Amino acid sequence: MIKTSYVSKTISELKPSGIRRFFDLAANLEGVVSLGVGEPDFVTSWAVREAAINSLEEGYTSYTANAGLYELRSEISGYMEKQFHVSYRPEDQIIVTVGASQALDIALRTILNPGEEVIVVEPCFVAYAPLVTMAGGIPVTVQTSKEDDFKLTPQQLEAAITPKTKAVLICSPNNPTGTQLGQEELVMLADIVKKHDLLVISDEIYAELAYDETFTSFAAIDGMLERTIVINGFSKGFAMTGWRLGFVCAPKEISEAMLKLHQYAMMCAPTVAQHAALEALKHGMQDVEEMRRSYRRRRNYIVKSFNEIGLDCHNPGGAFYAFPSIEKTGMTSMEFAEKLLTEELVAVVPGDVFGESGEGHIRCSYASSMEQLQEALRRMERFMKNHCK
Amino acid sequence: MHLNEEELEVLRIIENNSRIDMKDLAKMTDQSESDIEITLKKLEDMRVIVRYLTVINWAKVDEYHGVTAMIDVKVTPKRGVGFDEVAKRIYKFKEVQSVYLMSGAYDLSVIVEGRSMNEVASFVSEKLSTLDSVISTTTHFIMKKYKHDGTIFEQTEEDKRIVVSP
Ligand SMILES: Cc1ncc(COP(=O)(O)O)c(C=O)c1O
Repeated sequence: MIKTSYVSKTISELKPSGIRRFFDLAANLEGVVSLGVGEPDFVTSWAVREAAINSLEEGYTSYTANAGLYELRSEISGYMEKQFHVSYRPEDQIIVTVGASQALDIALRTILNPGEEVIVVEPCFVAYAPLVTMAGGIPVTVQTSKEDDFKLTPQQLEAAITPKTKAVLICSPNNPTGTQLGQEELVMLADIVKKHDLLVISDEIYAELAYDETFTSFAAIDGMLERTIVINGFSKGFAMTGWRLGFVCAPKEISEAMLKLHQYAMMCAPTVAQHAALEALKHGMQDVEEMRRSYRRRRNYIVKSFNEIGLDCHNPGGAFYAFPSIEKTGMTSMEFAEKLLTEELVAVVPGDVFGESGEGHIRCSYASSMEQLQEALRRMERFMKNHCK
Repeated sequence: MHLNEEELEVLRIIENNSRIDMKDLAKMTDQSESDIEITLKKLEDMRVIVRYLTVINWAKVDEYHGVTAMIDVKVTPKRGVGFDEVAKRIYKFKEVQSVYLMSGAYDLSVIVEGRSMNEVASFVSEKLSTLDSVISTTTHFIMKKYKHDGTIFEQTEEDKRIVVSP
């Protein structure tokens, strides 16, 4: 007898990412100006690439310690202290991972018992809810709105908590909205987290890309160090997406448990990438600063321009995404994105792929050259003139 | 002189593209167009902005036959005026593109452009080395420019990203 399917029920029931679908639409067209890219337009700085080449020349081609090169963990520890004022011991509180993606995966799989709930704040990174499901948990989504600048309110958080709630997954600055939570907002959320004895998984992958307010780590809030798992990495701030390198910092108990999982499932992160990351942390902070400045200019440009052409857009404090409303066109975000792609060859990501509350919006990445942005704006202005009621 | 963050930001942007649309520059820096104009005028008046230049890769243009030489010049400094006087006498020649006072084995680095090697050679032997304070000159001709004033001449790095990603 042949089984109806060899694929597990959990996986077969997962929806494929809406981003994937949109990629398939856009990939076959010529002359597309893309605002659909969730990664820096900078190539990793040459000094970092050179360090990787050198590490290969030196013959560093074997495994590292499971948790990552000790020297790199030390450097990460210093970086966390200096940038965010949080202390993590390199020995047993930091694990170098294959991107922030793997850090999220091991964090969730380490803490969740079957059926436990994780609060996921939408619109959010497409992988969050599936990762919770794959870890055996239940994602409980909370919808934020543009009236609150897409910020999770303490009331919303409290209302979503049930006896089964284990953790809250927070991302600030956010993909896709660019919204950054300020220190006071974090303090208010922390009070509720503490009151209900929850964990926070704080995805801080965009921490280096904060333009107006200094970035505050959730772990730096009073009493949160012992109940926060910080996810971070090199993809965005250091322009190193393809290197697949991230890290996770957590209290010792959790970190040691995550290491078991990491050790059996992954062994260690790629050695050449770890050497590159070491160079990035040691000598790359000025490059980060220059990239941040450049994104900030482009953020200013694109948000102002969107508002001029009728795409109402709140001012995102960080990351490299603008999330304007397309309300004036009366289209759904999928209709808008498809029409914009076929009529004007501009790729943006329909907001609903990031969750229900993203409907009525499009995600536009401004990690593109000014020339590309100017061209995209010219085309979008024409599009809005043709389609605005 | 002290510049504020807005003025610095304008400089950083136009250093890479002095032809940028003023409206876009205003948006990028979150200022009004008239503020930008005032800033530029001020920076020009202070000679912080000295000139708006274009980087051209002349090697690509068949009609161009120029050559560039970098010349190490040793000089005897004059009492009271040091190196400044001789530097001034040198930089006034129209063939001279740049003059730098250097530390190390020689004193002045002089960059000279001419239509041919011959032209540069006669400039060096007749004009430069005959100056009173000049002790010696060593001329190096530039054979190929790979990177000039921070700009790589050959290829630009193309965008290798996929069109849509998370
Ligand atoms: C919020 C967020 N978290 C995590 C990731 C994944 O990062 P990494 O490349 O380090 O796996 C992304 C990438 O788009 C992201 O936007």
